[in-house]
Amino acid sequence: MKKTLLAPLIPFVLLTLIAEFLVRAGFVRAYLVPAPSAVFRAMIDSRVELLQALFATSAGSLAGFVMSALTGIAIAVLLSSSRGVQRAFYPYAIFFQTVPLIAVAPLLVIWFGFGIQTVIASAFVASVFPVIANTLSGILSTDPPLRDLFKLYGASPLVTLFKLRLPAALPQLFTGLRVSAGLAVIGAIVGEFIAGGGLGSVVETARTQQRIDKVFAAVLLASLLGLALFGFINLLSHLTLRRWHASEQS
Amino acid sequence: MAVQLEGVRRVFDNNHVVIDRMDLGVDAGEFLAVLGPSGCGKSTLLRMIARLSEPDSGQIRLQPNGARFETSFVFQDAHLLPWRNVLANAALPLELMGEAKPKRDERARAVLEQVGLLDALDRYPAELSGGMRMRVSLARALVTEPRLLLLDEPFAALDEITRFHLDVQLRELWQRRGMTVIFVTHSVSEAAFLANRAVVLARSGGAIKLDRRLELPAVRNNELRADPRLGQEMRLLLGAIEE
Repeated sequence: MKKTLLAPLIPFVLLTLIAEFLVRAGFVRAYLVPAPSAVFRAMIDSRVELLQALFATSAGSLAGFVMSALTGIAIAVLLSSSRGVQRAFYPYAIFFQTVPLIAVAPLLVIWFGFGIQTVIASAFVASVFPVIANTLSGILSTDPPLRDLFKLYGASPLVTLFKLRLPAALPQLFTGLRVSAGLAVIGAIVGEFIAGGGLGSVVETARTQQRIDKVFAAVLLASLLGLALFGFINLLSHLTLRRWHASEQS
Repeated sequence: MAVQLEGVRRVFDNNHVVIDRMDLGVDAGEFLAVLGPSGCGKSTLLRMIARLSEPDSGQIRLQPNGARFETSFVFQDAHLLPWRNVLANAALPLELMGEAKPKRDERARAVLEQVGLLDALDRYPAELSGGMRMRVSLARALVTEPRLLLLDEPFAALDEITRFHLDVQLRELWQRRGMTVIFVTHSVSEAAFLANRAVVLARSGGAIKLDRRLELPAVRNNELRADPRLGQEMRLLLGAIEE
């Protein structure tokens, strides 16, 4: 565990030191890339504003992510019910993936108004597809002899779903959730650019004030939020799969 | 008669006739081995008897009355649920049949004891050897106390020593329980060692080239493997396959 935490810290510290040196020595202009120490100072100076923004973005991302997870699983289950349903509705699920979020965000404001509803909707639109695609793929790739076994003992479709197909899809579901976690934060930030509030709003305001150090501080916090969400899913995946799936046994 | 096939025909989607008008009867309590080259319809036959696929024409009758839970199936690989431990895997058929947990655990424990896995109840499939996994699969099939046990090359992926052990164990379980067994295999030696009767299918259409009662002692142990009578039966079966 110590090694797992230490390994990514080493390049982070090295890159921070190099960036600090490059800016202080004048190789990189501070109004383009601030020195890490300036970013740190901005974080301290604007800590109340940044923490409030982080809290708002966390709430928006988390709500959008939970909605994506629940809706994504439900849609995947529905799509897996028959080939006909899949053919009819899967293209619309793909639509969520291909739609340019930045272009749709203003529409979301029209539909949901300014505030957290739009942020949640934006996080949802950005993050729902990986859950649908991965869960569906997991459900559909259930071992055929196991399906035969359930059929042999007279299991109903619902029992087969809950005792076989969904548990078998868990490894792929977690893969979808990992991707979705990062996208939910991105979606929330995009939503905040348009609807206001949270780190997205801090970035936008600081940019207009030429406070590049504050922009970096907000971006860093948004990244840390994504990382925390990703880490949480990883932990959940590890606790669920560690006894039986190769992905959690190395 | 435990299983009776009359004029059974099965055609795949590409118009390939896998089994064409097959007649076959299997007596209650018989241990039948089904041999034949790859693609001759052995597994298809087994799946139809298990009602996992339907014949295009003809009839398959199971007695008594073909009740679903009286038939169990062991697949080529163990195919366990990896997220369940040994006990929960063995108890799965009873769970699907709606048996209460204390009862199904008790019965699963009893059958796992019979296959020598009582000390591995809490282990997961990923923590077991191939032979142990197959024994769990066998226990899962036996937990419902089936009258008809269908096995589709169950030990094909195992090493020879493990296979020898499981052959002896399967034969003992059959003798103790008196169920009907239909065992599909590619292995002539395994068929001769295990079965009372063997049928050899032709390469196409599932025609029966040989239907033979094996003249071997009732008790089969590893000493029999060096017995000339086993060698004689193997030669006959092999001759029919290569004919």
